[in-house]
Parts: sequence; structure tokens; C-alpha cells
Amino acid sequence: MKFSESWLRTLVDPQLTSEELSHLLTMAGLEVEDLSPVAPAFDKVVVAQVLEVVKHPDADRLNVCQVDIGSGTPQQIVCGAPNVAAGLKVPCALPGAELPGDFRIKIAKVRGIESSGMLCSAKELGIAEEASGLLILPADAPVGQSIRQYLELDDQVFEIKLTPNRADCLSLLGVAREVGAITGVATNLPVVAEVPASIADRRAIALDAPVACPLYFGRVVKGVDAKALTPEWMKRRLERSGIRAISALVDITNYVMLELGQPLHVFDDAKLEGAVHARLARPAEKLLLLNEQTAAVDADVLMISDDAKPLAMAGIMGGEESGVTLETRDLFLESAFFAPAAIAGRARRYGFASDAAHRFERGVDFGGTRRAIERATQLILEICGGQAGPVVEAKAELPARQPVRLRTARAEKVLGVPLGSERIAGIFRGLALQFTQQGDDFLVTPPSWRFDMEIEEDLIEEIARLVGYDNIPSPAPRARMAMLRQPEAQRPAYRIRQMLADRGYQEVVNFAFVDTAWETDFAGKTDEADRIRLANPIASQMAVMRSTLFGGLISNLLTNLKRKQGRVRLFEVGRVFRRDTEATPVSGFAQPWRLGGLAYGTALPEGWADGGRKVDFFDVKGDLEALLLPAEAVFERLTHPALHPGRAARILLDGREIGCVGELHPEWVQKYDLPVAPILFELDFSALKQIVVPVYGEVSNFPPVVRDLAVVVDQDIALQSILEGLKPVLSSLVRDIQLFDLYVGKGVPENKKSLAFRIVMQDTQRTLQDSEVDAVVQQIASELAQKFDAERRA
Amino acid sequence: MDNLDQIVREAQAAFAAISDPDALEQAKARFLGKSGQITELLKGLGKLPPEEKKTAGAAINVAKTAVEQALNERREAIRKAALEARLAEEALDVSLPGRSETRGGLHPVTRTLERIESLFASIGFEVADGPEIEEDFFNFTALNTPEDHPARSMHDTFYLQNPDGSVADKVLLRTHTSPIQARYMQAHVARYGQREKMPEIRIIAPGRVYRVDSDATHSPMFHQVEGLWIGEDVSFADLKGVIADFLKSFFETDELTVRFRPSFFPFTEPSAEIDVAFMSGALKGRWLEIAGCGMVHPNVLRHAGIDPEKYTGFAFGFGPDRLTMLRYGVNDLRLFFEGDLRFLRQFA
Repeated sequence: MKFSESWLRTLVDPQLTSEELSHLLTMAGLEVEDLSPVAPAFDKVVVAQVLEVVKHPDADRLNVCQVDIGSGTPQQIVCGAPNVAAGLKVPCALPGAELPGDFRIKIAKVRGIESSGMLCSAKELGIAEEASGLLILPADAPVGQSIRQYLELDDQVFEIKLTPNRADCLSLLGVAREVGAITGVATNLPVVAEVPASIADRRAIALDAPVACPLYFGRVVKGVDAKALTPEWMKRRLERSGIRAISALVDITNYVMLELGQPLHVFDDAKLEGAVHARLARPAEKLLLLNEQTAAVDADVLMISDDAKPLAMAGIMGGEESGVTLETRDLFLESAFFAPAAIAGRARRYGFASDAAHRFERGVDFGGTRRAIERATQLILEICGGQAGPVVEAKAELPARQPVRLRTARAEKVLGVPLGSERIAGIFRGLALQFTQQGDDFLVTPPSWRFDMEIEEDLIEEIARLVGYDNIPSPAPRARMAMLRQPEAQRPAYRIRQMLADRGYQEVVNFAFVDTAWETDFAGKTDEADRIRLANPIASQMAVMRSTLFGGLISNLLTNLKRKQGRVRLFEVGRVFRRDTEATPVSGFAQPWRLGGLAYGTALPEGWADGGRKVDFFDVKGDLEALLLPAEAVFERLTHPALHPGRAARILLDGREIGCVGELHPEWVQKYDLPVAPILFELDFSALKQIVVPVYGEVSNFPPVVRDLAVVVDQDIALQSILEGLKPVLSSLVRDIQLFDLYVGKGVPENKKSLAFRIVMQDTQRTLQDSEVDAVVQQIASELAQKFDAERRA
Repeated sequence: MDNLDQIVREAQAAFAAISDPDALEQAKARFLGKSGQITELLKGLGKLPPEEKKTAGAAINVAKTAVEQALNERREAIRKAALEARLAEEALDVSLPGRSETRGGLHPVTRTLERIESLFASIGFEVADGPEIEEDFFNFTALNTPEDHPARSMHDTFYLQNPDGSVADKVLLRTHTSPIQARYMQAHVARYGQREKMPEIRIIAPGRVYRVDSDATHSPMFHQVEGLWIGEDVSFADLKGVIADFLKSFFETDELTVRFRPSFFPFTEPSAEIDVAFMSGALKGRWLEIAGCGMVHPNVLRHAGIDPEKYTGFAFGFGPDRLTMLRYGVNDLRLFFEGDLRFLRQFA
């Protein structure tokens, strides 16, 4: 809602500066988004008349003008504007004037000819962005008058951001009423007299959908001059409210809407047949709208029609066919109340917005419908002439205004401040609310212009607003103390993040919607039915919900490589999404939290002491193993669309798959133009949070015995399978068994590898004998020989 | 006995000339070895008459002690010299950089969220979470925003497509973290609703939210943190107290003013917009919009099965991205989502 301060002050005029008024409105919930002067500061510019125009002898594009500035003596002024002509009235900056942009006007010679002033365009005065020539003033502009005064430029424009509940302030009348309530200053609201009918012409009105449209006033006005000029004062007010002046009839309806808050519509009466109906749309009904869009209207859209055809989407937008033009002579004026529920959301559904719909869907004062049609008639007759017929009224059941109970104690409890019923009564009187009082209880009947007073809280809000939020104290809260339960078996998310950061990874946050290609490449989602696509993405490369974090991480890597960052380690903790009919809590969509990571470049930060070895699978695996401690995960070969098939593993924890790690598939390394392959991983974040609460185990006082055992096995036997194979037969004396050497090459047959294990044995009760120890090692060796065809090395 | 003095002088001179430990031991043999000069003299004592033995013995022992002392001093000097040499050899350029993994860091917004969570934990708020693909019901309807409510147009919502290409009408990308309150209240009632006195709800719910909006100051995905406190006697004044305390604690200054002004959200009433102005620093004196809040609307409580006559409470929603920008002086929201290490490393 935008309006000029001078207009508001004709309705209510508190003794406050513009800034004070602005602050007051903001603090009452009518947030002033912008307060700016209509024109920048300048002075010594007056209305002037060009008397004579002669070509400049030495310059093709310049003219030498004689100008009447009201001083009695014509002034000589050189002017370069293309539209300068004798007889025109234009603004003239006098010597000594300071124009916007620090532009000083002096008496000076222009190409040898003296010029004492400057004729101005709107742009030069800072009141328009663009101008093609001098600002031409109306012929009746008084020569010599200050242009600021003549154009009423000493004015401010308020722009208020209204919340959806305050539709009553979508008019000057509403804002004035509000200012009156907050300041206690009396308002001077417009009194609108009935305009008596001078002709008998009338059109019948039928309320075919009385719930959607319970009140409709219509009136025929004949013999108007649609080409009449809109008066300057009206144009100015409209323009300062951000509405462009179009033609007198349109301007008048807009003006009344701004002034009183009632949207109106004018039909060309010659295009109407029979009675006017307010009814719901008929099946397959279509209407060409004023915005040149043809709407196929749904059955729940309220229409205005005549006996033969649809005319307008009621309260939203008029039809092109029945609208007024500059040729219109007779018109039919509509002022109606359309129920918010009948209008809400409809304009949005057809992809547009209108000032009328904006107001009706929030609620228009049904106590002011009649007043608006009289006000519009009065202005039409004044500006366009014509003869008005009688007002025809059609009325059904208007919205009920149920009294709302307010309990003083309840208001005090909710707001946490003592109020007393005296003070509350004063606030209600200030808001012009009708109420009865029973002890400390109030029964308030909301006015017809308020659609946001249905329950006690609505009134409590009004009280808080008028008391002033600033005047409610802000004590330190009191509450019953209770400790937060923090399960020890759950690691806080931040600790996991911090552990990764400590291992050199930097956290990133990426968008959850990604390029379709990423889903195909990194998640193997080639079937559209598997993807979760946005219906209204902001860009095609942000169209699909990610099912893996890999795409974002690879894109981050590319960004950083472009910026010459050669060593990149990243992680993200975020949700991924996939279709899953079993999913909870939102059926159809699984959306687990995942931890994804990427490592690229040297294993350690490159430096004087390091060989510059590139990070590989086992570096990252080591990071993950550390992250998972004390749990020990199992890594198994994995085929994954994003990863190198020979260098990727699924990660299992207690037999459950919790994620994967691997080198990016060479195909994607090439496609995404990467110099070398990064290592990627992704884990179920909730699995990482689960840890085991430690359980004490006895510490042995007897020395451990360590034995090494080297065996030769086939190349393709995974270490994991050997360790798993040994597990069921290991003696209880074995505390630990670790691979400490892996050798392939001279001395080991082709396609074989040598594995060296370090076996630690210990008992809690006694020192072990050599013979027992040797027996255990021998047992392991023979088990390996039997299961894996392993040959013991000396 | 001149002979003895000479032997001592000889030994001293011989030792002093040696700087190798092995040579020193060999030189020692010349004087103190089995057939060393001092040893020989001691052996010769037996031949002396008993009355001379005593004085001669004493004199030889003095000489022996002197030689031994010279030897030990030289040994120590050589050891010290060797140590000095080794230390000199082993010296490092300590100014060379250390050798290890560097540290990464948390995302600046994560840092902010962690601080917010811990500040609220200190007054008994626990952390709650909720889905990002959310049901229309929880995002709007349960929050007192039915279909076609004008407030829905305040949220430019991302919708999803069904596999057949039609628009899914029951789900959306959540436009705010407020649906978490609705879900949490429902679960809380399911758990404690039977009791005479329901325990208070005090939660904080951070998360990513989505709106169809993208320019220098808007990102289609951004963060919010929702707070909710429901109890038997929780008032608007308490809301003001908690928020003021939080902002002062978060920015670690009393040099700020907090202002509440009336606003509208369908799920709170009375509702307020929270502005903050710093009394010093680059943003001094400017009102910055920082959060929305209000008393939980009775319809929202009723939707969750909570009796609004018995329980009242407040909810608030902060933009942690904005808080992060203000806290660390970041001037472009988009930096948070670009993954540029040069930016992110500043928060390690």
C-alpha cells in the first residue's frame, strides 16, 4: 500500500513529523517499508511561459527563447530541448537555483549568447527517471508560481507492507482510521452524500450465488464523456500510489478503491443484455480478460454475467468485451461485496494478481459498499458528466459478526503484563469497537471492516498492539528446571563433523536439488520414475532432488580447481531423497541424513618434507575407520555407478550396509574433466551417531607374547575373508591379529601374495608357555592352509 | 721424587694432546696400565726398605691420583666436545613448517547452529528434527493456513512431480521449519497426553528450507531455526525475555537493542517481527529484521491435541544464515552455498 502523506493528512493530521508518523505505523504493525520524498531537494524553479523561440545563430540544435517568469521582464534563455515552442508553459530554473545532482544555474553565455536560466525536463527536476524533452505544464498553470508548490512536490510517499490480516488498511480511509486509533487524533473521514437519480434507467441484479456474493449495488449512468481528462489532483494521488493514470473512468474507480478500499467495476452498458447476475462459472466457460488472457474458469469461480454471457471474473478481473473504452457513452457501475472464500487463491490459479482480488480475498468492508458507489457516481458526474439512474441493491445474508468474548485475566496471562479492564475498555473505544462489559469480561462485536477478529486471541493481539509491544516487559523467563537427557550411546552430530574437520575435511552445504545428469551418473537413476523431480524448479540444473551427495561434492571440487586449489577435502552432512512407499514420516519419500565426503590431491598438504603422494583409497578408508571407532566396519568389494569397480567398497557394520567408499569411475573423471580421480565416500549419518557405551574388560598383568606368521596365498583372496575365516577357530588366547606386511614380487610365485600377520596372545591368569603359543600359531597356519591353500613361509 | 712430578706432567701433556677417546685409553695404559709407569713404580715399592716405603708409597699415590684426575678431566672434555658436535650436527631449521594433516573446518552456518543449540540447551531446549519433503498438511494446514489462505502466497513453494508428470498435491519442500513444531507437539501429546500434567515442550529445530526465490539476498535453499516453548504459564513477556537474552548471548554484547513490532503469521497470535540494532560497529543504529515470532495460535495447539485454555506458549523462527552474516561480517548470502574453500577456510 503506497500513498502520499499529503493525501493522508487531509483525513487525519497528527502533530508528528513524517519520520515520527512512520515509526508509529511500523510499531503498530503497519510496517513502513519506504518513506521517500516525491521530489529531491531543489529550489528557485518556477512556472514559466515561452514567449518566443528563435534559432541560435551558431548552433543548430539550440534555440534562443524569450521567457515570461512572472517578473514582468521577459528573460532570454538558451534551450536545447526538441519540444520547446512558443506559448508552452514549462518549469524554469532561475539563476541561483540548485537542481538535483549539485547542478547550479548561473547567468552564462551559451555559444556566445547570454542565457539567464534553464528550462527543465522532469528528469532534470528529479521527478522522473527518463524524459524526452521539457516538462509541459497545463495551460492554466500560474506563471511565476514555485514549481514545488504548483506540483505539490513537498510531499512524501509512504509505502506500507501490510500483513494479510490487515486488509482494512488497504485504503486511505483505513490507514487514517488506524492513525486515529493509535494517536487519539480525530479523523476527518470523507462524507459521501447520495447522488439522486436524474433518469430512471436501471438494470435488474440477480444474486445466483448468495453466499459468494451477498451484496451487490449497480447503477446505470448515461451520456458520459469517457474522453474527459482526469483532473491533475487525482492523477497525482494515483501516481503517488503507484497507479498509472489511464482514462477518466478507470482512474475514478482506482481512486475510489484507494480512498475507500472498495474495488469497483465499470461495464459498457451498451454491451450488456438483460439482468446482471453474480453466479458460479458454468461448465467449460471461458472468458477473455482485460489482460488479454483467456481463462477457462473452474466451477468454483464466481462470475458476473448478463442474461446471455459471462462478463467478468467477479472481484478479480473484468472481461475485455464488456469493459469501457474511450467511446463508451453509457455505463453500468458495480460496487459489490464478494466473500473472501469465493475469491481466495483464484487469481493465483490463473497466474495473475489484481488489486481487486488482493482486497476481496482478504476482506472488504461490506458496510461501505453503498458509500463507494455513491462516491464513484459523484466523481463520474463531476469529471465525465452524464445522468445517473437509481442505485439498485441486491442483498442476501451478509457475513455474521459474532460477538467475541475477551477475559481480562486471560489477556494478562497471555501477554504476561497487568492491564486492568479500564485500560482495555479504553483501547477498544479507541479502535471504535462496539462492546458490552460484564465485570472483567468484554463482549466485542467486530466492525464490518475487520475480518481478523473472530477469537479472543485476535482481541488480545489488538490490545498488545495498542499497548505497544515495546511497553510489555521482557523479564528473564522462569521455568521448572529439568535436565536434558543426553544418551551416551549417541554421538552428537557436531562431534562427528568436528572429527572430520580435524582430519582435514572442510564442511560444505549444497543445494538439495541437482542436475538430472548427476542423478544418472552418480546414482544410476536412469529411470524417470525413480527420480523425484520438482514441478517448478528455478533452473533446469536444479530440477531433481538428490539421492546422493556426490554430485554437489564433485561440483565443489571443480569450483575449487578452477580457483587453483590443488588439494581439496570436503564433506557435507545432509539429507538425500528417494522414492519409497514404506517411508516414514512422509509416505512415499525416504529422506535419510547422509555424510558424504571427497578427497583429492596429495595425501598430505604438499610441503618440503613430503613426497607429494596422491591420496588413495586407503587414506580415506583410514579416515573412515577412525571415524567409526570403536566400531569396526567390514569393507567389501562393491559395484556402484559412480565408482571405479575395482576400487570401491561397501561398508558394513554388524552386517548392515551403512555406506560406500571408492575412487570416482574413470568415465566420470573424463566426462567432468578432472585431472585425476577423487576418492568419495557416503555414509548413513545415523549409523555414525550410534556408539557403544563401554563395558569394562579385565586388564591382564601377565606379559603378552607376540609371534609373526607369514603365508603365501592366491592374489585374489581378500584379507577380509581370511580374517573372517579364522574367527570361528581362533584360540581364546589370541588378543589381536594384524596384517603387518603385504608383499608381491621376487621370491613369491606369480599370482600369489605374501601376507605377514602379527599375532598377540595373552592370558589374564598366567604367563603363557612357549609350547602353548607355538601350538596356537601352528593351528592358525594349518587352518589357513586348509581353507585358503596357504603355504607358510619361513 | 722429581721423577714422579715429571711423570704427572708427562701424563697431563699426553692427555691434553689427545682428542680421540680410544687414543686416550691407550695413553692411559702408558701410565696406569699393567706395565704403566705409575704401576711399575708401585710394583717397585716392595724393594724399598720399610721406613721409606711409607713416604714413597704416599708420594706415588698422590701422583697416581693426579694422573687419574687428568685422565678423567680429559675424558669428560672429550665427551662434552663430542656431544657438542652431535648437537650442532643435529640442529634443525625450526622455522620449517610442521609435517601433518592440516585441519578442515565446519561450515559457518553449522558453527552458528551449534552455538544457537548450545545457548538454548543451557535453558533446557532440546533439538528436534523433521522431514524436508513435507506434507502440505504440516507445512500449512496444521499451522492454521488452510488451502487458499492469502498467507500461502507469502511462501513461494516448491512442489514435486509425480512419476506421471502431474503435480503431487499432498507434498512439497518445506517452506519453513515450523512444521517441526506441529509434528513435535503431536508426538508429545501422543506420549504424555494421558497425564494430568503434560511436561513442558522446549525445543529448537534447525534445518534447511526451500522457497522459489533466487537473487543476491535470497537463496532457493536456506536455513531456519525454529523454537517452541509450551507450558502452563508461558507468556508474550517470556518470549521477549528469551529472545533478548538469546540475542545478547549470541552476539556476546549488551550493546544492542531488540525491538518487537506487530506482524502476522497464521500460526501465532499475537505475532511479532523482531528487529535488532547494534549500538556500535559497522551496522550501528540500523534496524535489522532478524526473526518472526509469536504466541502459538490456539488453533495450532488444538490441531495437536493441546488444550489452549490450559497451556500457552510461544514459537519463533530465526534465519541462521542472516545471523551468521551479522556475526562474522559476511556480505553475500550466496557464499554459503558455493563451496569455495578460500571462503570456508576462514571459519576453520
